[in-house]
Amino acid sequence: MNIVVCVKQVPDTTEVRIDPVTGTLVREGIPSIINPDDKGGLEAALVLKEKVGARVTVLSMGPPQADLALREALAMGADEAILLSDARFGGADTWATSSTLAAALRKLEWDLVICGRQAIDGDTAQVGPQVAEHLGVPQVSYASELSLEADGKAVVVKRVFEDGYQRVRAKLPCLVTALKDMNTPRYMSVAGVFDAYKAEIKIWKLEDLDVDPANIGLKGSPTRVKKSYTKGTKSAGKVYEVDPKEGARIIVENLKERFII
Amino acid sequence: MDFSTDKEHALLAEMYRAFAEAEVKPLAKETDEKELFPEETVRKMARYGMMGIPFPKEYGGAGGDNLAYIQAVEALSKVCGTTGVILSAHTSLCAAPIYEYGSEEQKRKYLPPLARGEKLGAFGLTEPNAGTDAAGQQTTAEAREDHWLLNGSKLFITNAGPAETYIVLAMTDKSKGTRGISAFIVEKGMPGFTIGKKEEKMGIRGSSTCELIFENVRLPKENLLGKEGGGFGLAMKTLDGGRIGIAAQALGLAQGAIDETVSYVKERKQFGKAIAQFQNTQFQLADMQAKTDAARLLVYRAAFLKDRKLPYSVEAATAKLFASETAMEVTTKAVQLHGGYGYTREYPVERMMRDAKITEIYEGTSEVQRMVISAAMLK
Repeated sequence: MNIVVCVKQVPDTTEVRIDPVTGTLVREGIPSIINPDDKGGLEAALVLKEKVGARVTVLSMGPPQADLALREALAMGADEAILLSDARFGGADTWATSSTLAAALRKLEWDLVICGRQAIDGDTAQVGPQVAEHLGVPQVSYASELSLEADGKAVVVKRVFEDGYQRVRAKLPCLVTALKDMNTPRYMSVAGVFDAYKAEIKIWKLEDLDVDPANIGLKGSPTRVKKSYTKGTKSAGKVYEVDPKEGARIIVENLKERFII
Repeated sequence: MDFSTDKEHALLAEMYRAFAEAEVKPLAKETDEKELFPEETVRKMARYGMMGIPFPKEYGGAGGDNLAYIQAVEALSKVCGTTGVILSAHTSLCAAPIYEYGSEEQKRKYLPPLARGEKLGAFGLTEPNAGTDAAGQQTTAEAREDHWLLNGSKLFITNAGPAETYIVLAMTDKSKGTRGISAFIVEKGMPGFTIGKKEEKMGIRGSSTCELIFENVRLPKENLLGKEGGGFGLAMKTLDGGRIGIAAQALGLAQGAIDETVSYVKERKQFGKAIAQFQNTQFQLADMQAKTDAARLLVYRAAFLKDRKLPYSVEAATAKLFASETAMEVTTKAVQLHGGYGYTREYPVERMMRDAKITEIYEGTSEVQRMVISAAMLK
């Protein structure tokens, strides 16, 4: 079984600040990490590797320094790493990104593609599903559990929503988007780190992919960011210490005052 | 000249940090208070290859180097001095002499279970009447026809109890003094080998420190490690390596205490402002970090030399002397900057201070390190 895990290197947003003047992320000095949902997906793939002997390839699109995220994935136990890195891929929105990733996936042999649900620096949750659409394979998003059926021909995925879950069986090949909560990713191993730096990371450029240049990079991105800003902080609410009945009356009164009801 | 670590070691540092923060730090307080040997942590360390970092893969190791190993001791000690010394004694004092002095057969037999962390290792040199003066060994190994007969006892042995593989020094020919000392591999469960009293210590309280007792232990001939009469040299070389590990433990304790103090002084308010805003706090912190950085360079230098198979004995002594005294000074200052809270067990700095003290004593006291350094200067 061959599994490709798509990973994105992201700034560790738990440590990120927004420049109050420009409204953009202050990236200087912020450590880069593997996007948490992607890392959950990688762990799920590595568990399958241990159980059924799957071969795990990690695929990323990013600048040359995204190499570090792939080395980390190798040090955790992935078998192979491919970085799609070309200045012409830069500035991509989700459409251009998914077009590029799908082009790379067409070159690879796989039974299962795992993407993280969404990246913490974008939160779109679009790339995984778009990749599945480009490739014309079934997609199962929001996976909190993933297992392979005994015959190895389908996966069973628990899809989690705010108010419930579905258990879905999908025939391979398919694409699954993973939640970080689905597992606790393993650490890198010491031997893994040394091996990761002996391993070759394949770098694929535009010429290596069969993709329409009109669908990649900034030029191939239909999304335009009009403005990005930090939401103002809400004012402290009012606290009423009253019985439930009076509480309900106050709520209704306030909602009416604001013409909400 | 480049003083930064390379990419592998930078990534490893990140791995160790993540592991120590999540797996070791939460247990450190209880490990100390209840004097619990952190067995589960050792199993986790084994899973990630941390019990055999500098040994080749063919012997079950991670295929790393000494710098990678001492980085691990440093990172663990930053949050838990006990865990740091368990790794240091296991790696430097037991697995390393087997790797460096063992026959191919001994290496195949003993090293893989140690390096994979399936077994824990220990080293027995110190006796009630032989510590720094190693030549005062009273433990004897008499050559019999097809075995060695081991009698005597060892004191203050780190990892004793949980450990299954022990390197033990014993007199094989008293008339030859230090040249009559030999090293042996002794295994837990051998008839006549028992673990004696467990010490109640000031610090590193989760580390198991016990007496080893040998009563007519019949050791197979092939358990002699290195040459007959070569035990003293083996022990001294082994301690050279061990000193880098202990220096790394001291370094971790110092940096750990600084990190705790930096967080504390930003929070703690006196006279209407955070104590971090007082110049005394700032200057103390600067001194603490400057010395700790200097210690780090000395420790890494010693590991760097060992990795390149260059002489490192004096450099290891220098690193241990400076790092351990820095750890003692820095942790004491950390307690002072924490004020009354620092003296309570609510904060970890008092534990770090207690843990730091032993680094000036074991694997060669600071006085022994001064002897080693000055002897090289005056020869």
